[in-house]
This record gives sequence, structure tokens and C-alpha cells, in this order.
Amino acid sequence: MSKIKKGYYYTNTHEWVKVEDGFAYIGISDYAQENLGEIVFVELPDEEMVIEAGSELGAIESVKAASDILSPITGTIVMVNDELEDNPELLNEDPYENWIVKVDMEDNSELSELLSPDEYEDICDE
Amino acid sequence: MFKYLPHTEREIKEMLQVIGVDNIDDLFHDVPKTLKDLDLDVPKAHSELEIFERFNHLANKNIPLTPFVGAGAYDHYTPTVIRHLIERQEFLTAYTPYQPEISQGTLQYIFEYQSIVTELTQMDVANASMYDGATATAEAMMMACKTKRRNKIFMSETVHPATIKVVQTYAKYRNITVTLIPEQDGVTDIEIFKELNDKDHAGIIVQSPNYYGNIEQLDGYRTLLDETKGLFIVNSDLATLSTLKPAGYYKADIAVGEAQSLGIPLWFGGPYIGYMATTKKLMRKMPGRICGVTEDVDGKRAYVLTLQAREQHIRREKANSNICSNQSLLALFVTIYSAIMGKKGIKEAQQKSFNATHYLAEELTQLDGFDYAFNQPFFKDVCLETPHDPQVLQKACEDKGFFAPLVIGEHNGKHRLLLSATEKRTKHDIDTLVATLEVA
Repeated sequence: MSKIKKGYYYTNTHEWVKVEDGFAYIGISDYAQENLGEIVFVELPDEEMVIEAGSELGAIESVKAASDILSPITGTIVMVNDELEDNPELLNEDPYENWIVKVDMEDNSELSELLSPDEYEDICDE
Repeated sequence: MFKYLPHTEREIKEMLQVIGVDNIDDLFHDVPKTLKDLDLDVPKAHSELEIFERFNHLANKNIPLTPFVGAGAYDHYTPTVIRHLIERQEFLTAYTPYQPEISQGTLQYIFEYQSIVTELTQMDVANASMYDGATATAEAMMMACKTKRRNKIFMSETVHPATIKVVQTYAKYRNITVTLIPEQDGVTDIEIFKELNDKDHAGIIVQSPNYYGNIEQLDGYRTLLDETKGLFIVNSDLATLSTLKPAGYYKADIAVGEAQSLGIPLWFGGPYIGYMATTKKLMRKMPGRICGVTEDVDGKRAYVLTLQAREQHIRREKANSNICSNQSLLALFVTIYSAIMGKKGIKEAQQKSFNATHYLAEELTQLDGFDYAFNQPFFKDVCLETPHDPQVLQKACEDKGFFAPLVIGEHNGKHRLLLSATEKRTKHDIDTLVATLEVA
């Protein structure tokens, strides 16, 4: 049973958003890392890049799959977690602590369209 | 043992029996009859002798000329041993076997080829998968646009026109806009690039030595591109990097170009080989494959296929390149050439070509009506201007057994000519050519 943390917003493509000090942090869920298996590479976007909700933010390669990270929200990337470049396995170790990008959100109301932990749990159980 | 034993009739029958098919034609029953019955008007079978005679007859129509033209394809010497090794049947195959258990030789020479490319370009990683310099440049463009998620790219007008055309063709079907940066006195006008540089373009492609043979000033691009987070793509004839400061020195992101100058004969225009090298940061964006060296279970050195952009297989619809093969046999040419010549030998051949071209240029510009087109340092091509009728010049050269000069256009009512001399051209050859052009 994978961990679903409270206080996070989720997508049905297994990304999460956490809002802190007005910024949105984006990462992947425990369910996502479990299913990907051993992660060997994280393709990160550039800082200052403008991303749209639903658009491709980057990609994750594991020993058994490669999949896109889709942005849950619209905004401008203000920081990228460079540590993942050399240590992609951090996403396996603690997917909720290791965010991928920090985003200056354009429209906070987008958050209401994301899934609550309970709603996300239903999706993972399906 | 001979690798390619054909099947015997008995074996074919046995195989057909196992899969329950009467004859080979039944395997193709999905192909419509109308396609099978095409009358292709193919001539009747010829004997070996007849074939030799026919092709000798065709080959004799060629007039062998001594080239004094480079423009991207150079008549350097190919040591005889290359041909002998290349034609060993373990190597001579269109297929590149990758299984490490049976292909240590192949994987080792691909690894060595990559090492040669990284050493010459001073980049971190290289593949062995580029068909030629032009398509390698197009691949670099696609790699840059994909990495930067931008659909525009700058390219200098001093890049070889054939390369420009190939890049534009690839760009068209990728919805990429290629913005050309004009030249100033035969080199890229960096001032114009400075003005146009923006965050919509994924970077710039510059060639040095460029189409005219001029050595571009490559300082300055890195700083400008850092401001817009663009990629710096440098196209060079790989062999010239033994002598000139390479892409890595200028902190380029991608180094590409033609490697024909490292041992591959002119061969009437091909096949040649392109190279591509990049930084560690971008290696996963690079098309093709990388061979690496590791240890087997017994701790012995072993060569393996180390990295291939996984999306080529797993996420094919998202792949950025359709390159999945290797220009392997040509890579072997380059590897053997480089091993035989060594660092010193490669450099010597290039320096001798530099000297020969400069001697030719100095002698020609002493003549009436031959002037340098540009006031720039050049390598093994030189661009001259003349008011003389270029067809008369070409005809006179042809009559003496020379292929020269290449006419590349007009400028201020004068014709622009490209000439080149490699280490194979003797002083006597050059003097004879100059005398021929003087009389014409």
C-alpha cells in the first residue's frame, strides 16, 4: 500500500502539488515511484520556463519504463531540484520530500481542480 | 568460418514443413497478385564475365582528374592497410551486432571511435551513429530544439550550403524555423547575431572552418548564448580539430560535422560519416547509441552497449530521432586511420594540407585577376575572386587532368572560386595548376 500524504494536491497521472509560502512544489507520488521501480534518470526543465497545466514538465526513466511528468498547474518555474540530476534515486527514497520543481502559480484556483488525498486514494485503489 | 551460408533446398523444405507451408511463395500470399505480376523489364541474368565487362565499360567513361577542390570532401591519403582490415568478413556487414557475447571486436572499435571523437572535439561523450556531416547537423538542431523546447534556431550563412539545405529540410517537417545569420567578409556576423539573439531560438549553428575555408572566431558565442540559455552547436571537419581549437574549448554544447577527412576516400561522393559529440549534461538527448567499457563476471575488460535513448524503443512516438543504427563500417575506417596515423600523423596530414592550400593561394594571387575574396585566416579551402570566365578556367584545368576550380557564385561582378590542396598534392602539381590557370 503506497503512502498518500495529507496536505498535498494530487493528479490522476500521479503528480502532487504542495503549496508553501505562495509557491507550488511539484513532485511524484509514492504510488508513482513504486510502479516505476528503480529510477535512473530525471529529465528536468529549465528555470524560468513557463508551464501549462497538463503539459509535459519533464520525464522520468526507471529500469523498466520511461514516463512523462505532467504539470498539474500553470505557472513559471522558479527553481529546479538539481540534486535529482546526480541522485535520481531520491525520488524512490522519499517522493514527498524530494520535489522536482518550484513554481510561481499563475492562477491559484487551478488547485481546486486537483484531487484531494482521499480522491487520489480511490484512484490508486482502482 | 564463412558467416553467410545460404540455405540448402533440403533445409528450406524442412523449415516450410515445420511451419506448415507448401512453398516460399505461400509466405507472401498477403502481397496482392497485381504487385507480384509486375512486368519490371529486368534484363536477363549475366555471367560474371559479362558483368565485369559491362561495369568496366561504364567505369571507363569516368575521366580521372586530380582534384584541387575540397568544399567539404577532401582527397586525403587512405593508407592501404585500412582496406585490407575493413574487408575482413567479421567487419564487412551492413548490420551492427551489439550482443556483447559475440561482438567484442565490433563494440571495441565503436568504443575507440567514440573516444577518438571525444578527444578531437574535447567533448564528454560521442556516438557512432551519424550518416554524414549534414544530417548530423540536422540531428543537432532537433536535439537543441527538443532540449530547449523552442522551435527556432539560428544558423550561420557560412555553413556549407548543402548542410543548410539538409537542416532546412529536416526543420520544415519539424515545424522549426531556421534563422540565417548573414556573413561579413566571409565569416559569421556576430554583431547581427547579438542583435537577433533571443529566448525563442534554441541556439546557433556555426561552422569552422566554414564553407569558404575561413576559420571563424568562435569566442563570444558562449557568453551571448548563456544570456538566452541557448545551445552552441559547432560544425567542423573532424580532422581539422587536430590542429584548431575544438568545440569543447569554446564550451560548445554539441559538436558535429563530417569525419570523411580521417581516412575515407572521396568515392564519387559517398558514403561518408558524420560525427556527434556533446556534454554529459545533454547525453540523454543525443540520438544513437553509446558503447562503453566495463568488466565481465571474471573481472576482465568487456565492451557493451552502454546507453541508448530509451525512448527510441519504449516511447517511440516521442522519439526525437529515427537514428537507431551505426555508421559502423565507416567508423571503423576512421578508427583504423586514426590508430595508424596517430595524433602526430593526423595533425601532420592536416598541416601539410594547410601548407599546400596556402602555397596554392599565394601563387595564384600573384597572377593577374586572382584575388583573395576575404581577408580571413583559412585552412584547407581558399576562396578567390576573378573576373575571368570560370568555364574557360575549368576547361583548361580539365585538359591538364585537374578538377578545379569550384565556382560558387558571383560577387560585385566577379566570380568566386573555391580551391583546396591536400597533403597528396605535390609542389609540382600545384605549380602546374597555377601555370595552367595563368595561361587560361
